[in-house]
Amino acid sequence: MTTIAARGSVPQPESRRDELQDKGFSYVLAFTAFFVLIALAGAALSMLWGGRHVLAQEGLSFFFSAEWNPVENRYGALVPIFGTLVTAVIAMIIAVPVSFGIALYLTEVAPSWLRTPVGSAIELLAGIPSIIYGMWGLFVLVPVMTEYGTPWLNDHLGTLPVIGPMFQGPPIGIGMLTAGFVLAIMVIPFVSSVMRDVFLTVPSRLKESAYALGATKWEVVWDIVLPYTKSAVVGGIFLGLGRALGETMAVAYVVGNTVRFSVSLLEPGTTIAALIANDFAEATDTYRSALLLLGFVLFIVTFFVLAIARLMLMQLARREGLK
Amino acid sequence: MSTTRTAEASTRVAERLYRKRRIVNRVAIILSCAAAIFGLFFLAWILWTTISKGIGSISLALFTENTPPPMQAGGLANAFFGSAVMCALAIVIGTPLGIAAGTWLAEYAGARKIGTVIRFVNDILLSAPSIVLGLFVYTLVVAQMGGGFSALAGAIALAFIVLPVVVRTTDEMLRLVPAQMREAALSLGVPQWKVIVQVLYRGASAGIVTGIILALARISGETAPLLFTSFGNQYWSTDLTQPMASVPVVMNQFTASPYETWQSLAWAGALVLTFFVLVLSMIARAILLRNKTSND
Repeated sequence: MTTIAARGSVPQPESRRDELQDKGFSYVLAFTAFFVLIALAGAALSMLWGGRHVLAQEGLSFFFSAEWNPVENRYGALVPIFGTLVTAVIAMIIAVPVSFGIALYLTEVAPSWLRTPVGSAIELLAGIPSIIYGMWGLFVLVPVMTEYGTPWLNDHLGTLPVIGPMFQGPPIGIGMLTAGFVLAIMVIPFVSSVMRDVFLTVPSRLKESAYALGATKWEVVWDIVLPYTKSAVVGGIFLGLGRALGETMAVAYVVGNTVRFSVSLLEPGTTIAALIANDFAEATDTYRSALLLLGFVLFIVTFFVLAIARLMLMQLARREGLK
Repeated sequence: MSTTRTAEASTRVAERLYRKRRIVNRVAIILSCAAAIFGLFFLAWILWTTISKGIGSISLALFTENTPPPMQAGGLANAFFGSAVMCALAIVIGTPLGIAAGTWLAEYAGARKIGTVIRFVNDILLSAPSIVLGLFVYTLVVAQMGGGFSALAGAIALAFIVLPVVVRTTDEMLRLVPAQMREAALSLGVPQWKVIVQVLYRGASAGIVTGIILALARISGETAPLLFTSFGNQYWSTDLTQPMASVPVVMNQFTASPYETWQSLAWAGALVLTFFVLVLSMIARAILLRNKTSND
C-alpha cells in the first residue's frame, strides 16, 4: 500500500527525464515558430530603419514627390510606385482572363486524360526562374515588340481618344507594356492553379443538377461554379497581384529602367523592385537609404495584397470545413 | 388561330434563345482552349529559346573552367560551385528551422490563435518578394559586417526563402498523419517528442522531402536576393566570408554585357539552370504522385 502511494506521488527518474525532454522539445519548437513572426517583422523594421536618413531629409514628401534625382540628392518615390502599380495592373488584365480560361479548360472542357499533363505543363511555367523570363523577354520578346507590337499599337490603339496616348511611343520594344506582358506570363500559372483547385471543390451534385436542367458548360461555370468559389477566385487573383508587384529580375530586363513619368505604356519606365536591383549595389548613403525605404513601401503593399488574398482563400476553406 | 400563332412565335423565341446560348457556350469553350494553348505556347517558346541559344555553349569547359575575362573562352565552374555551396548552406540553415516550426504548428499550436497567426504570416512570407529578403539580409548581415558582401549572407538570404516552404509542407504533411498513429504511440507510454521524431516524421517524410526539393528548385534560380548579399566573384572562392559567384548573378552580369562570349556563357548557364530546376520539380511531383497512389 505504502509503496504504491509513494510511487504515485514521487515520479520515477525515468518519467521525470521524459517530462523534461518533452518540455524542452516543445520550447525549442515554439521558439522556431515564433522565429517566423520575428523574421517578417524584422524584415519590415530593418528596411524602415535603413530608410530613416531619407525620411529625415525628405519627410513625407518622399511618398508624393515625383522628383528622383540621385545626383542632386533629391528622392521622391512616386514614379517607381506608379510604375510598379501600372505593370502589375497590365499583368493582371492579361493574366486573369487567361487563367480563368485555363482553369475552365482544365476542369470542364479538356478530356480527362489531357487534364493532368496540360495542368502540369502550365505549372512548369511557375518553376522557370525569373531571370530566364528576363533574358527571354529582352532577347526574344523585345525584338518582336519592336518589329510588330509597337507599330501595330501605334496605328490602331494609338489613334483612339482617351486611351490613345497610352499606346503611342517609339518602337524600342522595352517599356511598361512589355514588362506587364512578361509578368502576366509569370503569374498565369499561380492564378490558374488556384482557380483550378477551388473549381474542383464545387460539389458535383450542384453542377450535375444544373446540367440536368439543361444548362450549358459555360452556364454551369458562370452561374454555379464561379458564384460558389467567388471569394477564393478573388484570393487567387490577389495572390497573382502580390507576385506581380514584387517580381524583380524579369521586369528589370524589359522595363527600361528610366525614372521618368510617362503616360505612354510604350515608353521605358521603372518599378520599385527593378530600381533596387539595378542601383542598390552601387548606391551610397542617402541613395541607399532611399532604396531601402522603397523596399519598405514594396513590402507593405505586397503584405496587404497577400493578406487580402489569404483571407479570401480562407473564407472558402472555412465554408468547406463547416459542411 | 391566334393561339397557334403565339405558340409558334414563342417556340421561335425559345429556339433563338437556345441558339444564342449554344453560341455563347461554343465561344467560351473555344476561348478556354485558346487560353490553354496560350500558356503552353509560351512555355514551349521560352524552353525553346533557352535550348537553342544555350546548347551551342554546352561543353566540358563549362564545368571545369572559371568565368573568363571579356572576349576569352572559359566556363562557369566557380559559379556552379558557388551556387551549390550557397544553396546547400541555405537548405542546411532553413530546413531544421522550418521542420521545427512546422511541427510546432501541427502538433502543439492546436486551435490557439497564435498558431493561425503564424500560419498566416508564414503564407505571406512564402510569396513575399525575394528582393525584399535580400534587402533584409543586407541590413542584417552585410551592413553589420562593415558592408562586406559574403557567401554566408547570400546563403542566409536564400534560407529565408527555404524556411516558409518547409514550414508549410511540414505542417500540412504532419496534419495528414492519422490521429490513430499518435494515440497508439502515446498509449504505449512513449513521450511526445519521441512520438513526433520516431513515428510522425516517418509518416510525413516523403512530403517533407518534397517540400525541401521544391525549396531547392526555387532558390537555385533566385537572383534578386543574391545581388547585394553574396555579390559575385570572378575567381574560384571557398571562403564563406568573401563574395562568391553564383550562376544567376553571373548570368545577370554576362547578359547585360556587349561581349558575345559572355552572352553565350549566360545562355549556357540558363539552359543548365532551367534543366536543373525542371528536373527537380518533376522529381518532387513524382514523389508526391507515388505517395498518393500507395496510400490509396
